[in-house]
Amino acid sequence: MRLEMGHIHIKDIRFSEESKIVDGVLFVCEDEIRKIVLEDEKIKSVTFDIAKPGESTRITPVKDVIEPRVKVEGRGGIFPGVIAKVDTVGSGKTYALKGMAVVTAGRIVGFQEGIIDMSGPGADYTPFSKLINFVMVCEPEEGIEPHHYEQAVRLAGFRVAVRLGELAKELTPDETKVYETCGIKEGIEKYPDLPRVAYVHMLQSQGLLHDTYVYGVDAKKSLTTMMSPTEIMDGAIVSGNCVSACDKNTTYHHLNNPVIHDLFEEHGKTLNFVCHILTNENVYLADKMRSSDWTAKLCRMLDLDGVIVSQEGFGNPDTDLIMNCKKIEAEGVKTVIITDEYAGRDGKSQSLADADVAADAVVTGGNANQLIRLPKLDKVIGTLDYVTKIAGSSADAIMDDGSYEVELQVITGATNEMGFNCLSAR
Amino acid sequence: MGKLRVVHYINQFFANIGGEEKADFPAELRVGEVVGPGLAFKASFKDEAEIIATIVCGDSYFNENLETAKAQILEMVKAQNPDVFIAGPAFNAGRYGVACGTVADMVSSELGIPAITGMYEENPGADMFKNKVLTIATKNSAAGMRDAVAKMAPLALKLAKNEKIGASCEEGYMPNGVRVNFFEKERGSKRAVKMLLSKLSGKPFTTEYPMPSFDRVDPNPAVKDMAHARVALVTSGGIVPKGNPDHIESSSASHYGEYDISGVFDLTSDTYETAHGGYDPCYANQDADRVLPVDVLRDLEKEGKIGKLHEKFYTTTGNGTSVASSKAFAAEFSAKLKADGVDAVILTST
Repeated sequence: MRLEMGHIHIKDIRFSEESKIVDGVLFVCEDEIRKIVLEDEKIKSVTFDIAKPGESTRITPVKDVIEPRVKVEGRGGIFPGVIAKVDTVGSGKTYALKGMAVVTAGRIVGFQEGIIDMSGPGADYTPFSKLINFVMVCEPEEGIEPHHYEQAVRLAGFRVAVRLGELAKELTPDETKVYETCGIKEGIEKYPDLPRVAYVHMLQSQGLLHDTYVYGVDAKKSLTTMMSPTEIMDGAIVSGNCVSACDKNTTYHHLNNPVIHDLFEEHGKTLNFVCHILTNENVYLADKMRSSDWTAKLCRMLDLDGVIVSQEGFGNPDTDLIMNCKKIEAEGVKTVIITDEYAGRDGKSQSLADADVAADAVVTGGNANQLIRLPKLDKVIGTLDYVTKIAGSSADAIMDDGSYEVELQVITGATNEMGFNCLSAR
Repeated sequence: MGKLRVVHYINQFFANIGGEEKADFPAELRVGEVVGPGLAFKASFKDEAEIIATIVCGDSYFNENLETAKAQILEMVKAQNPDVFIAGPAFNAGRYGVACGTVADMVSSELGIPAITGMYEENPGADMFKNKVLTIATKNSAAGMRDAVAKMAPLALKLAKNEKIGASCEEGYMPNGVRVNFFEKERGSKRAVKMLLSKLSGKPFTTEYPMPSFDRVDPNPAVKDMAHARVALVTSGGIVPKGNPDHIESSSASHYGEYDISGVFDLTSDTYETAHGGYDPCYANQDADRVLPVDVLRDLEKEGKIGKLHEKFYTTTGNGTSVASSKAFAAEFSAKLKADGVDAVILTST
């Protein structure tokens, strides 16, 4: 499968009478976008704001982060099975608005939404402080249950991102990258001497708002399966969950999956990137055993030499991570696993909820329990009502000077387990 | 501000007194003297710090007169009251390494003065002390002195100035069981690809998190007589009286709660809820019995299938709570459960 990715660099976002992109500036017509959000009767109102890198701005509670994209050539559309009709994506040509994101916020569940600081010490830990963020704060209609509200906001974010992406359809990209993988036989013939490598992608599927969707299918209801690595670039996987903010894979992470992009960098040079294997993180033991059995079986059937396994969330999914690692290694396929740590605020505790000697190659996104002092910022987009309640905070988080002492856990994307960041620990 | 004050500990060999034949040289304090490797430290400190005294002690003397030697050295350091204490580096000299670890540990724990040492990773002193004392990993012989001092001197200065200590791989000390965050040059996915390529080609690689030895607990034998057993409920599912009176955190709990359920036959949405941030709380908040099954246990109590439901339950949020915290909570409330004559505990999660 071959996909050409065109990057349109967005240098600024401004509100305007008409939505358009001119010379790298995204103009957004609020009324038009509001209509798109309010198509869903569960959403009562929405306010928009723009947050730029370096500003004294805090966005919270953050739900999802989405990069606008548009399909220019080839089958299907962005977010197949969710926004676009079901059709196999990942080939042809796609444009992405780089340097910006749509951020959805609102009170939603109130435990596992996150914080994005656009400046100060917190900004160092979230990749989204480096983007120009178009933030939509959604209020639900009275009496809507949290999970319905969550779904409404999630889908509204996708609709808005798709609309903004469409503004780029006729533009000429600032840069273009081509991603191509081959069929099984073709790959063996083309790269006979290169190790066969795949990416085992564990999707959050613990249920009860901890869900991920693949072509619109709830990942917890799927067996381990596989895709071409370019499919994610058209939004084949979207986030629908609220695990702790630090190691939640937002839709932005899925679209820009760093493991896939870095494996592509080496594809045809030092390795043969065979495919993208999707497995889940269900809570029932039988599901965990079945899914990890299938993952190991697929690795063997594909005659892989090595895999990188990434995780989402912590605690319960640590058991899936270790099961996958152990079983894949037992098939003679070498593994590197990416995780993060909950080593306690003092860093002295065991970092994972499960362990095995087979996991001898681990990349860590850092200790999520580490404390950070977030100073008071001038502007808040959203509400601070939940800052002491979200995962990683506490009733004692508010300091006398108005700053917050919280764990890195509260910061959206801080200890990402796809290896999106440079943060690590020893 | 004056220069930072350093006391340096070395053995008879590095003090140029002699080798094994002089290893019985007793502990000696040399105030104002910079001896042997101290000169390299002095050069490295520039104007920031000075070695105000050197303690020289033979390795045999130290090990054969352990308690006396320790007491003598402790007094010497105490009298000098330095900002930081440096022992060694000991490279691969086993008894010297153990002596360095012992004195550095003693100085920091008993005098509260920050202390470091340095030695080769296979030095027996390393395994004994690396988790207690910041121990710089050095080469296996004194030929590695320049390299050792280049790492030890800056770390000693940071300690003396009470500055934040970076991760082991940044500062050069041996991993000591304390996880410290830092920013790598490359993102995690890139590091993963590189690590995999090394692993596939049989080249050496270093895992970023060595697997811990895992504590697996065998279940107790079955309770023989449930009909007369006092049964308690304990949960990591975060069930608390409505309003979460003790503010148990939604993640990374700092404490647990103990609540009385005498006369409570059913947990309702008006009386109980969950504080747990790791799952959608809707269903637990509608009926907290779903996580903490008080209603069912009351039925069993009435039916005579269990003796009694214990009047207190213990609760915390398991979400993101460290193993060390969980162990500490359990050690405390298990003692209470035992003291209260509880025969069996039902542990529920989420």
